[in-house]
Amino acid sequence: MRNRLNQILDVILPPLIAITGALLIGAVMLMLLGANPIQGYLALLEGAFGSTNALADTVVKATPLLLVGLGICIAFRANVINIGGEGQMILGALSATALGMALPTAPGWMMIPAALIVGFIAGGVWGGIAGYLKARFNVNEILTTIMMNAIAVQLMNMLLRGPMIDTLQKGAARIPQTPRLPEIFYLPRLAPTRLHLGALIAVILAFLVYFFLWRTTTGYRIRAVGLNTYASRYAGISVEWNIVLALLLSGAFSGLAGAVQVYGVNHFMITDGTAAGFTGSAGFNGIVAALFGQLHPIGTIPASFFFGALLVGANKLQRVTQVPAALLTALNGLVVVFVVSSEIWRRQRARRRAIQQVEVKEASS
Amino acid sequence: MISDLFSATVIIGILASGIRLATPYLYAAIGETFGQRSGVLNLGVDGIMLMGAFSGFYLVFLTGNLWLGLLAAIIVGGLLGLATAFINVTLQADQGISGIGIFLFGLGMSDLLFQKLINNVETVSGFPPVHIPILSDLPVVGEIFFQQNIMVYGAYLMVPIAYFILNKTTLGLKIQAVGENPEAADSLGVSVSAVRYFTVTLGGVLSGVAGASLSIALLNVFQQNLTNGLGFIAVALVYFGGWRPTWVLFGSLLFSLVNALQVWVQVIGIPIPSDIAVMLPYVMTILVLIISAGRVRAPKALTKAYERSG
Repeated sequence: MRNRLNQILDVILPPLIAITGALLIGAVMLMLLGANPIQGYLALLEGAFGSTNALADTVVKATPLLLVGLGICIAFRANVINIGGEGQMILGALSATALGMALPTAPGWMMIPAALIVGFIAGGVWGGIAGYLKARFNVNEILTTIMMNAIAVQLMNMLLRGPMIDTLQKGAARIPQTPRLPEIFYLPRLAPTRLHLGALIAVILAFLVYFFLWRTTTGYRIRAVGLNTYASRYAGISVEWNIVLALLLSGAFSGLAGAVQVYGVNHFMITDGTAAGFTGSAGFNGIVAALFGQLHPIGTIPASFFFGALLVGANKLQRVTQVPAALLTALNGLVVVFVVSSEIWRRQRARRRAIQQVEVKEASS
Repeated sequence: MISDLFSATVIIGILASGIRLATPYLYAAIGETFGQRSGVLNLGVDGIMLMGAFSGFYLVFLTGNLWLGLLAAIIVGGLLGLATAFINVTLQADQGISGIGIFLFGLGMSDLLFQKLINNVETVSGFPPVHIPILSDLPVVGEIFFQQNIMVYGAYLMVPIAYFILNKTTLGLKIQAVGENPEAADSLGVSVSAVRYFTVTLGGVLSGVAGASLSIALLNVFQQNLTNGLGFIAVALVYFGGWRPTWVLFGSLLFSLVNALQVWVQVIGIPIPSDIAVMLPYVMTILVLIISAGRVRAPKALTKAYERSG
């Protein structure tokens, strides 16, 4: 019973402490900027949950975080770090959009699944390259995923200025954007709000990823490689293949997030020259959500919802307190720092318990 | 048109701005080299750069004093470096992930402060070019190398200084020992934490300076996400350069020269997709990482937190 309680505390406490700490620091910052923190946070809550539309926007904002986060769960469980979510989202979005533009007369029931699958595959290829380079040449995946992000941005700029540009624009200076997709390709709305099918898909996938990681042999191998490379190798598991697979799947979920963003929300692509201009930094914030969800696919569902709420509520906070919404980006950063820093505390608790158990055994014998 | 691209003035212009644009890469990557040589990967460089860029810019905007701006960037960068050291050394956090947190913090915080304190497209007059006597009068070479501003000279000075400290001083030996084999260094009485606190804080200071070099010496503006991922490239350049300052210099020049060339191509109006040119250094970096992967060895304890056993 005590053990069970300890386990639950180990899982629940670090994120709770992290978010409490971050919000407290946020409150101090609000005060320093001359705003009332209680009023600010109430505005944030109202902005995120205050109406059906607000709630729908929160879920819409949470959807890419969850999809990226699921990929992060897979990669981090294999002990590979994927910070290429931004680039993988872009690749997924570009491919899915290109498909929609190439076949504008296809029926919607065919195009929507096809586009999502194409996005999934494109993101997977983009992540898989980093995986292959790590497995084959031992090139650090943090660096390759960073480089692949930069390459993806340039690819997007090039395609949106060139082959994918909306040629029907009037005026001499054309904006680098694609034409709007045919309306039959839009992901179906789930209610008379902006809420779309992508959110439901993401939640279903979260359960599938859980099943994959904990109930299939392949998932078990991926986790084994992450826990102990040497033992896995000794047990005959191909460490290289599982690294490639983990980054491939991780990229695929980000790619899907990009495709869902286009088909569910934007319905076309436009670039301001940066990655964040398209992704809204979901490639990074998905990492925050996954960490907050303890790298567990099911835990990542409420975590994404929570961070989606923070992002949506931040706008209301800005309107009420005149404190820029960028505050929330800074607080997200603190959450990451606090979550990874609290690991030491968990390790120490585990060690202390182990010592206690040994002592108890020695005393009883 | 094409012949314009190859005229002498244009080429001199490209080279001069290529030399200038290497500045932020150099400060940040040399700083990161110190940290990584001692075994700490700081992935938050970009966030620290943004904070340095903003604080430097803000002080210059308020007071007009460039040195005060630089000092602000040094202090802010140093404090964030110290915080990074605390997180990675004392709290032994996962370095790859904690860096993302520091990056997001710097990204959000610099944007927040900018919107709250300035919230306008403002420019400042940055460090003016300093003509080095005699040398700056040399034909071609003078214009390319010796008519730059003081922060550019400072960046290039970092390379021999870093080389000297890392290879010719006791401190450098300690840094390398701690990065290669912290247990052995510890048993010889070298404080692993002290060395790592020093290198990571120094890295923070140099990242702050790197940011300021953008906002008060090269571009003389501040805006949201001014660095646009430059700090991440700086981290990659350390790997690219095999943890050696001289090779980090070559990597920085590769990126800055291609960027300068791309700007000129656009200015002159040659219809080459500039995106491909911008893409090249990234592709080349990946290739270099592949080629050097088997040959150049990373510091053995890189990304590994050190905890005394027993």
